[in-house]
Amino acid sequence: MTIQFNDETFRDDYSFHNSERAIKRFPFPFDKDSYMYAVNMEQHRGGPADSVYEKRFDVDEHYVSEMRDRAQVLADDPLRCQSLPHMTLAGWDVLELIMTCKAEDYPDLFELHRDGDRWRWINKPLGIDDTFTFLDETTLPYGPMEYITRQTQGDFAVLDQRDDNLWMDAGMVTTQADWSLDFDIGMNFFEWHAPVPLAHEKGIFVRALKFLLNIQQGAPARRLNWTMTVNPLLDTSPENYHKWGIQKTTLTPQNIGAKQHLRVELQTFFRLPRSNGLVFPIRCYLCAFQDLMTVPKWGRRLHRVIRDLPEELATYKGFIDNRPMMLDYLSQFDDGLPTSNGIWPDLETEPPLQK
Amino acid sequence: MSGAEKIHVRVTEKTPLNALVTRFRFEPVDGGLLPTFSGGAHTVVEMKDGDITRLNPYSLMSDPYDQDAYTISVRRDDEGRGGSLFLHNQVDVGDELTISYPVNLFSLDLRAKKHLMIAGGIGITPFLSQIKQLDRAHGNWELHYACRSEALGSYVDYLTTTHPNDVNVYYDDQDQVIDLENLLDGQPLGTHIYVCGPKGMIDWVRGKAADLGWPREAVHYEEFLAPQPGKPFEVKLAISNKVVQVGEQESLLEAIERAGVDAPYLCRGGACGMCETRVIDYAGNFIHRDHWLEDDEHASGEKIMPCVSRFEGKTLVLDR
Repeated sequence: MTIQFNDETFRDDYSFHNSERAIKRFPFPFDKDSYMYAVNMEQHRGGPADSVYEKRFDVDEHYVSEMRDRAQVLADDPLRCQSLPHMTLAGWDVLELIMTCKAEDYPDLFELHRDGDRWRWINKPLGIDDTFTFLDETTLPYGPMEYITRQTQGDFAVLDQRDDNLWMDAGMVTTQADWSLDFDIGMNFFEWHAPVPLAHEKGIFVRALKFLLNIQQGAPARRLNWTMTVNPLLDTSPENYHKWGIQKTTLTPQNIGAKQHLRVELQTFFRLPRSNGLVFPIRCYLCAFQDLMTVPKWGRRLHRVIRDLPEELATYKGFIDNRPMMLDYLSQFDDGLPTSNGIWPDLETEPPLQK
Repeated sequence: MSGAEKIHVRVTEKTPLNALVTRFRFEPVDGGLLPTFSGGAHTVVEMKDGDITRLNPYSLMSDPYDQDAYTISVRRDDEGRGGSLFLHNQVDVGDELTISYPVNLFSLDLRAKKHLMIAGGIGITPFLSQIKQLDRAHGNWELHYACRSEALGSYVDYLTTTHPNDVNVYYDDQDQVIDLENLLDGQPLGTHIYVCGPKGMIDWVRGKAADLGWPREAVHYEEFLAPQPGKPFEVKLAISNKVVQVGEQESLLEAIERAGVDAPYLCRGGACGMCETRVIDYAGNFIHRDHWLEDDEHASGEKIMPCVSRFEGKTLVLDR
């Protein structure tokens, strides 16, 4: 299907919007009416047609505008992209992975022509046509990871694997849910997850690390994570908290449907063949509450999940103060009917709102 | 389906190197490109040996960036259960085999200022691919390679011809021994040690490095264990509700798979930890042979690594 790229902003006037198609393919993260942490990993090998799972690196209507926003964030703060000296080979791995996947999955948008180490990369939506020498950094305008992730939606944590642990030794992070690459760079898996409540006690991270260390070439994995964001901001970084944190106080019962967004991360994990590292793309999808409420099943379920979420999680995810107002709004869309299992909208089979 | 992804390959060369070691070249059956890999990776080769399916790990020794073919070198083990004998005696040019995607449990630490490699016998193979990777990146490395004799020194000629200043060879039958203490003492800051060879050599290098105060993270080693034959025993698989007899020439993992139970695995050599299995009940003695579990876990009777470890006794019930 041809993609019409939106011309929109994720700052100032917030002209970001989801088309009807984008709402239907939104990765709603709750597969039942309650939520608790789990190592909810599955194989990343496609999914239903036009879902965000279908392609290895999903490209959607926000692509061009998201890349423009990333360039702006980097211009203001170059430390959002960092790569320790031993991670250059992993950066080439990331470039090769993304270029080969996009050229295969979206042949009308991207082309990769290889003649030995001489590669030509064509990115039609962004108007790029570059020829370079693979594994020779001097032939690209940026390092290999920065070059390709300036052209790919989602944040990227590039992890070195050694001593039975993973190390945050490179990354491109401009669309994050309140964590900082500049703070985490060089940390291991347990160190960078230290702020997360409840999950350590449940042994989640020990199991998750064991799973990740064993991810193999040719067998990528994925999971969904979520939080809440007021206004469609991609850059909710600690560095800029003074700009966006205050916006959480601007919610009113009148504007909450349009301003309050559910923020979902599609996290995928790929073993990198040449470096034996791992790349961890964290793709952010935003959807306004009022758009989510057009899917009756999601309206019923979101109310129940937010209502029953443990206080520690609502605090950690940063919406404990706004929860009562959210529940007032969401309760209008919960008629008490049962919901079907799984994350999909099920528009044909789930009844419309009964009130 | 357990294990890494699979690749169908054809044997395109079979080259005897000396009395014990033969090299095999694999090319993809579909004519496509093989995945690249990182130096030190291995592949698990699947062998249909009569009723038994053997899956043995072998280090990839070819250039990690060569996507046309993989090569492995196999040392014949006349005392073993037959995996290497099968490859030596029953596999020929033109035969098709299934191998796994590359898996690396012995990768280079790319932070190292220098890579100091110590190999014993067939333990040379992972270093061959690591050297190719490092040469391409102009890495700083040095190899010390101990062989039994000149006649059994696989790839000595190749290594000393291509890298005369970086390769040092020691022959046991000429009483040449690596002067380990001096070697380790003279290394620049930021050096990492890699050792692959017989267990005795690995223990020697790790012990000496620890004595000299090397950081644990700077010492890397790999030893694949071949499952050893042993007395037959019976195992009950609680989840799948099956009772399986483990034969003399068969590993516990192979017996579980033969019973149609899909058990996780990767290296099948006691190193990666994937096949770790909980013991529900037992009466008898474990023969633990893996590198994965700690001594107290071996003593606890609560876990077993079925790829290489066995059991002698009356009752063994596993959570599988």
